[in-house]
Amino acid sequence: MVRHSFILFFFIERIRLPLDCRWYSVSHLSVQERIDKKRKAALVGGGQKRIDAQHKRGKLTARERVELLLDPNSFVEYDMFVEHRCSDFGMEQDRNKFPGDSVVTGQGRINGRLVYVFSQDFTVFGGSLSGAHAQKICKIMDQAVMVGAPVIGLNDSGGARIQEGVESLAGYADIFLRNVTASGVVPQISLIMGPCAGGAVYSPALTDFTFMVKDTSYLFITGPDVVKSVTNEDVTQEELGGAKTHTAVSGVAHRAFENDIDALLNLRDFFNFLPLSNKDASPVIECHDPSDRLVPGLDTIVPMESTKAYDMLDIIHGIVDERDFFEIMPNYAKNIVVGFARMNGRTVGIVGNQPKVASGCLDINSSVKGARFVRFCDAFNIPIITFVDVPGFLPGTAQEYGGIIRHGAKLLFAFAEATVPKITIITRKAYGGAYDVMSSKHLRGDMNYAWPTAEVAVMGAKGAVQIIFRGKENQAEAEAEYVEKFANPFPAAVRGFVDDIIEPSTTRKRICRDLEVLASKKQVNPWKKHANIPL
Amino acid sequence: DFLDCQLTRTYQCRVIKTCRKMGIQTVAVHSDVDSSAVHVKMADEAVCVGPAPTGKSYLNMDAIMDAIRSTGAQAVHPGYGFLSENKEFAQRLAAEGVMFVGPDTHAIQAMGDKIQSKLIAKAAGVNTIPGFDGVVKTAEEAVKIAQDIGYPVMIKASAGGGGKGMRIAWNDEETREGFRFSSQEAASSFGDDRLLIEKFIDNPRHIEIQVLADKHGSALWLNERECSIQRRNQKVVEEAPSTFLDPATRRAMGEQAVQLAKAVQYSSAGTVEFLVDSQKNFYFLEMNTRLQVEHPITECITGLDLVQQMIRIAKGYPLQHKQEDIPINGWAIESRVYAEDPYKSFGLPSIGRLSQYQEPLNLSNVRVDSGIQEGSDISIYYDPMISKLVTYGATRAEALAKMEDALDNYVIRGVTHNIPLLREIITHPRFISGDITTNFLPEVYPSGFHGHQLATDSRRELLASAAALYIAAQLRSQRFLLSTIPQERGKWELCVELGKDRHNVEVTRSGNTYTVEVDAGRVEVSGEWNLASPLLPLTINGTHRMLQCLSREASGEITVQYLGTSFKVRVLSKLAAELDSYMPEKIPEDTSSILRSPMPGTVVAVAVKAGDTVAEGQEICVIEAMKMQNSMTAAKTAKVKSVHCKPGETVGEGDLLVELE
Repeated sequence: MVRHSFILFFFIERIRLPLDCRWYSVSHLSVQERIDKKRKAALVGGGQKRIDAQHKRGKLTARERVELLLDPNSFVEYDMFVEHRCSDFGMEQDRNKFPGDSVVTGQGRINGRLVYVFSQDFTVFGGSLSGAHAQKICKIMDQAVMVGAPVIGLNDSGGARIQEGVESLAGYADIFLRNVTASGVVPQISLIMGPCAGGAVYSPALTDFTFMVKDTSYLFITGPDVVKSVTNEDVTQEELGGAKTHTAVSGVAHRAFENDIDALLNLRDFFNFLPLSNKDASPVIECHDPSDRLVPGLDTIVPMESTKAYDMLDIIHGIVDERDFFEIMPNYAKNIVVGFARMNGRTVGIVGNQPKVASGCLDINSSVKGARFVRFCDAFNIPIITFVDVPGFLPGTAQEYGGIIRHGAKLLFAFAEATVPKITIITRKAYGGAYDVMSSKHLRGDMNYAWPTAEVAVMGAKGAVQIIFRGKENQAEAEAEYVEKFANPFPAAVRGFVDDIIEPSTTRKRICRDLEVLASKKQVNPWKKHANIPL
Repeated sequence: DFLDCQLTRTYQCRVIKTCRKMGIQTVAVHSDVDSSAVHVKMADEAVCVGPAPTGKSYLNMDAIMDAIRSTGAQAVHPGYGFLSENKEFAQRLAAEGVMFVGPDTHAIQAMGDKIQSKLIAKAAGVNTIPGFDGVVKTAEEAVKIAQDIGYPVMIKASAGGGGKGMRIAWNDEETREGFRFSSQEAASSFGDDRLLIEKFIDNPRHIEIQVLADKHGSALWLNERECSIQRRNQKVVEEAPSTFLDPATRRAMGEQAVQLAKAVQYSSAGTVEFLVDSQKNFYFLEMNTRLQVEHPITECITGLDLVQQMIRIAKGYPLQHKQEDIPINGWAIESRVYAEDPYKSFGLPSIGRLSQYQEPLNLSNVRVDSGIQEGSDISIYYDPMISKLVTYGATRAEALAKMEDALDNYVIRGVTHNIPLLREIITHPRFISGDITTNFLPEVYPSGFHGHQLATDSRRELLASAAALYIAAQLRSQRFLLSTIPQERGKWELCVELGKDRHNVEVTRSGNTYTVEVDAGRVEVSGEWNLASPLLPLTINGTHRMLQCLSREASGEITVQYLGTSFKVRVLSKLAAELDSYMPEKIPEDTSSILRSPMPGTVVAVAVKAGDTVAEGQEICVIEAMKMQNSMTAAKTAKVKSVHCKPGETVGEGDLLVELE
């Protein structure tokens, strides 16, 4: 199946070069002139006609994208003279050779900070991956790991270079291997800006974040035609692997943007949150928001009735610097909110249950979403701030059959394993096992706070009373007693499971102060080859 | 001494403040949703009287009587709305021996009925709108009636509702003509011969007199308030004194107002409302037997605390002041800041959570009466008023300049508000010259309000400020701790998009000052560039301007509030702007077949079901929000595909109500 899919998205097209690209017929020219000609040719990729076609699709060219992504004049290109080495099917002819082949690679700066970039060029053989193409990508990835700088891939490729056969497959594997070895060493980001199908999808899947461009990008293992022939399903490209599908249904992509420009500008913004490598501390940027700012609105945000919802994003926006929150996977498993923000200029990862959606319960998807985010933060020294309002894990056959036990364990594993500063605020419910999971004191939370509205208990009062006083009368009275005893922060506070009960309006101040203290935190897990997270 | 403040929540605070000064303890009553409201925190004690809908809480007399008994309250201040003019409530209090801070039941009753109050007023020698309603046989008879009334007069068929078939006559000839048309119409259209001939109030202004009367038969008039700026009969901007009244007219109005108060043995504070025509003729409209929302402007120019006076009067003390002691000191303006969208019929309710809220109290001579704070919810259950913003100055120009400043400094985030409209009104040449009528808004904005209209200069200022803000943010995003800051380029070439227009700008920076070349002009913008503050104080070409940054996106989209109106611009690098032309246009969904709720509210009625055929303009459903019913109509003639709401349901802004085929 996989082998089959690798070749699906190759675009067999006859390449006709415009006149100005006929550098090959002038071999008698001096070396300098040949260099100039090749460079000139490399800059137009597959030629003006194909560039126009790319634009007509609403997409920018590989080079335009790189220029927009990086600071002006900061791009340093590698391997502009590399050409493919295929000699079959007429590929050896000069007119089928393009300096640089179907990918632009190099390094540059985003807001002054180093980043390695590859940008697949759809105008050259549909951006298909040749051995040379893969080799170029591998080169920058190797250097990125060596110097400790993130890698950003701009994907726009029809798939494998069929003419090259196994060489192309080997190229994919070379990239996959580097994606894996670089994982947790430098941040890796994929921005899907065109087709990405077949085996090619596994490179973005291995990176830390996958973003997509709405309407012009697709990710799938097999396209609609094969789906039709194998399962007889009728499905469009958009439904099968468009941005909406992957950001809302499959959870493959972390966010989608309106168009190429919007995506690239947002990527610049996002990049600013990340440290360059696992050796760097969480970055600190100049901050204009006072670290001791009180947030009076938080004192009234949790409704009096514990059954009433509120928006966790209101809390997050109120607390973080300048209300600036870059949410990851905003449309997937919305019962948990994850994303990046800053506290007094320092990047933090935020995890919060969202009472507005499914009461903020933990289920399979939200556990996996949260776990992957927590692990990224831990890998890159980003402190984690957790806002807890969780009524428990979602019950039901769908969840049990789907394996909520092992998926829920992922989030538990991730929080327990994390050694970065961990600050937890229980805003309201912290019930049952979900209380333990959500970065509790017991999982080495550094600072755990409760708001006065917090209720740490095994379960809600009604359920608890039904069990304790099964078949007895005066259930209402018992319920009232249970509420009095447990529906408040004291049971946890007297045992030291929360470090303090704080006024909600002071939360920002407290977190900022704690982060200063915890900046020098050192905590090491026992030596191991690697842990065995329940995948 | 207990005082049970039974008020709309926004104004309980106002009363509590005065009570504190007087050493009176207060009990606030509140509904469920208001339990954490400001007034509840301010009061010494608080009692919940029921769930959110007003009928079950603030209008629930039984619950309120219980609250009075349980707290041992000795007096009740009814505030402005709800039970303040309810005579039954006043009677029940009297029966329990609880003092009601307000006039006697008798006065409330007398003034509560529109027809009766007019008769009483007429008898008390107060001008009322003269008119005749009955059968008029001949044109000459009509002319005689018109002459008696005094020109101009309005003639129409009695049976015709509203302004339908109304004719204005300024002389005898026009009266004959009007009689002919109207009597014909009356007979043919309505089969009813009766005609209504009434004094036509041209360019009417709404001017009201504040009165204060004690239980000993003395009464004072505390000058006027002009409240002509209205929308849908609700006041928007008020001022005291009025630009229109001369001392003689003022005294005449004041004396008539006092006569009326005395005629109904009024005690407490009250307001006599008049319509005033262009010739300064004034006519009684009605009397409000409560403290009005706009009372602070009277307090500003007279120096009296009206709440304090009301409490004194209720306790039986005689008036402290004499008529000649009542001054007009300076000028006061009040803007009613509403949580509503001024772009929809001058204001449709909006709701939300006040994510950020800062009153402009850093300015002198500014008073803000509000009952909310950051984090408050503006819900669909109550009046959408956020606050009353009052500014004061020695002259009107001073008070107006201060109002401009105050509106620019007022930070409201999370709900749509009417500051754009307020700022446009107070800076409009007609308003400044005092040339206003109750039709001001429809006259000045015949096609609805569209925000501040930029002129060449102001457009340049806006574009330059946005470009400078963009660069300041860009520069900041390079300032990492412990890293080398990249060398700055000398000149920024940007493209600023405003609406559909693009403007190329060139910017050079020197410290905090940005010099922007835009639209063949040069603008110098400097400021502190604090990117965390909602307020953006700038100096633009030497003039201080308070802008507000409402949002700043990575995509270059910046929303700024400039001259009261929020403008969305997009700042792009030259490169991004060039490449932008390749970006595909997104096709917005066809909205004509989709009916969405324009505001949050409750569905009161749904008039269609799936499969029905509706005509363009036909009512599909009714949404009630903030005590207002709004009829939703079909945008085209079509079959109903599906209905997504049912009566009683709560809907949010933009929620799908009905889909057409």
